[in-house]
Amino acid sequence: MNNAKNFMTYIDSKHRLFDLHLKETFRYRDLIFLFVKRDFTALYKQTVLGPAWAIIQPLLTTVVFTIVFGNLAKLTTADVAGDYVIPGFLFYMAGNICWSYFSTTLQTTSNTFLANRATMGKVYYPRLVAPISTALSNLISFSIQLVMFLCFWLFYLVRGGTSIQVSPALFLLPLCILQLIVLSTGFGIIISSITTKYRDLAMLVGFGLQLWQYGSPIAYGMQLIPEKWVGLYMLNPVTPVITTFRYALFGFGYFNLPYYLLSWAISLLVFFVGLILFSRIERTFMDTI
Amino acid sequence: MDEIMIKIDNVSKQYRLGEIGGTTLRDELQRLSARMRGREDPTKRIGAKEGKKGETFMALEGITFEVKKGERVGIIGHNGAGKSTLLKLLSRVTAPTAGSIGLNGRIASMLEVGTGFHPELTGRENIYMNGAILGMTKKEIDDKIEDIIDFSECRRFIDTPVKRYSSGMYVKLAFSVAAHLDSEIMIMDEVLAVGDMAFQQKCLTKMNDVSKQQGRTILYVSHNMNTIRQLCDRVVVLDHGKVVFDGGVEKGIEVYFNFTVNDNAQIDYSSVPRLPWLHHTVVMTQFAGFVGKTNNVFKKDEPLIIYLKWKNEQEVDRLSLRVEILHLDRTPIGTAFLYDFYQGHIDEEGSCKLKLKLPALVAGKYTMNYTFFQYNDFGVTKDVDCVHGLSFILESKEKVRWNRKNWGDVVFKEIEIEEVGDAF
Repeated sequence: MNNAKNFMTYIDSKHRLFDLHLKETFRYRDLIFLFVKRDFTALYKQTVLGPAWAIIQPLLTTVVFTIVFGNLAKLTTADVAGDYVIPGFLFYMAGNICWSYFSTTLQTTSNTFLANRATMGKVYYPRLVAPISTALSNLISFSIQLVMFLCFWLFYLVRGGTSIQVSPALFLLPLCILQLIVLSTGFGIIISSITTKYRDLAMLVGFGLQLWQYGSPIAYGMQLIPEKWVGLYMLNPVTPVITTFRYALFGFGYFNLPYYLLSWAISLLVFFVGLILFSRIERTFMDTI
Repeated sequence: MDEIMIKIDNVSKQYRLGEIGGTTLRDELQRLSARMRGREDPTKRIGAKEGKKGETFMALEGITFEVKKGERVGIIGHNGAGKSTLLKLLSRVTAPTAGSIGLNGRIASMLEVGTGFHPELTGRENIYMNGAILGMTKKEIDDKIEDIIDFSECRRFIDTPVKRYSSGMYVKLAFSVAAHLDSEIMIMDEVLAVGDMAFQQKCLTKMNDVSKQQGRTILYVSHNMNTIRQLCDRVVVLDHGKVVFDGGVEKGIEVYFNFTVNDNAQIDYSSVPRLPWLHHTVVMTQFAGFVGKTNNVFKKDEPLIIYLKWKNEQEVDRLSLRVEILHLDRTPIGTAFLYDFYQGHIDEEGSCKLKLKLPALVAGKYTMNYTFFQYNDFGVTKDVDCVHGLSFILESKEKVRWNRKNWGDVVFKEIEIEEVGDAF
């Protein structure tokens, strides 16, 4: 009889729930790196401005937000009550670069199987390589944007006249970025697993993300949300990430530890559900896609 | 060398017929609600038969075989026999419905050349890309990159984006990467059917080398029997998802062509359709048979005596005949002629008894074509009728066991010796 132990690789029809191929994925780390490099080079090939596009986009969005939501609609930019002077431009930019990473990663990841079916239909490599490399290559754009943000931030810091200050909360920044990655990848792979069968969801993603953006404190501060709805509002796991991101950089703002931990719990849950769903689908998605 | 590299145990793969995967959530919900209310499925095609929704198709059914280290196995079968499905299962693109597959070694699957090539990247970058997709690490590729570039014959263009490559170069580069993989098991799906002849030969030689020298195991799917002959030392024939043959190459190819040599000693052509380009307004072959035989097995020096009968469709003169001797896969071997042997009137029936001696042919199974033709004084021929002829088996006792794979089908006259002795 065939015995799994006698072989390096053993394929059968059964699926084990926690068979996530993580070790194998690690073995293919060179491929992840190459995918990231490919995405990055291919994205800016034959463009004059190259990676500058990574800056231009959020910059313009921020300008528009500042004009529309700040100057015209005059939505509050305060996350907490108090006499804080918040530069609107920095406020919107912080929200925008976080959101743009989140939405781009989610959208690309949710398309993993469809976008890679040409290679995945011909060769085996751990399928998780694709969403991971997407998350990482988007991180490059995000880093460029973060550097741009930090330049403006330094400008406001040096010039003074605002309440921005460097505080120990700055150490929360890496955590925020990590959570963004986990959250967007998690949602992305869940959707990608479901879209192998139901393409409807792919339609929903673009539209849903737009709505989701309005449900997150990007164009307005937390103060806009009535106290009694905050609990509900905080169930949106993106909210604490963005408020904490601003809290970390501005040195003041909204930070509620229980809500923050809750959002981490949701993020991790989403991520692991995604992983399990993904590894379940990856075995046979070629038959249904 | 007896280590088992691949063990396929009772593997089946089932597909559902009809539209799957393409369904939308709405369809699915409609179907669900209809089922709950006990109504007919609203998304079903009009006229579709009841109970057809569960219809399935077994692409593979209970496949079992083992491959040992260093074996080069050709997998052949008609379209839809399950070859590609099997390779997909082996390369883990999809999972089997039942059964199990054990693999002892890294697998490099080349179901397509240039998987993951990105048009914007240069040749060099794509080598890394493709290599990594096929499971090599960056370091392994670093060690081999020079060999790969040399093998691909694309050195001049290696730093140019591959979108500027000619398709030949593209394929050469892609194959070069695959050929330099360090995996113990290689799976190839007709990838050799690319590039020019010279490059194809180069690839075959390379494949043969890596298999023989490094003991790599090769699974090769192709419709090209010549490459199968050159590369493989064993053949598995699939038909409708089942293994119908597993063994020697020549025998397997015969099984594939369904030439389990019919031992007909005669054929009736009266209702056999002809090729449209033939001038079948002259004569129509009606019958062919071996004279005085009940089967089609001949001794080596026994002449083939063939009775042919035909009908004249018009006034016929200068009728000639070719008997083409072919392999069972219909590759021609040689031809015998009979010139100007007949003339006759319209609507008459003609016949002849031919004696065909084939002393040069070695033992084996062959088949024939009979072609009637006419020719003019300038040597221009016009084929007037052509039919697939009888198959026959030649039995012989050569002095040595004939190695047909390498020596061919024809033995020439024995070499005459001029002089033999010490060096002079």
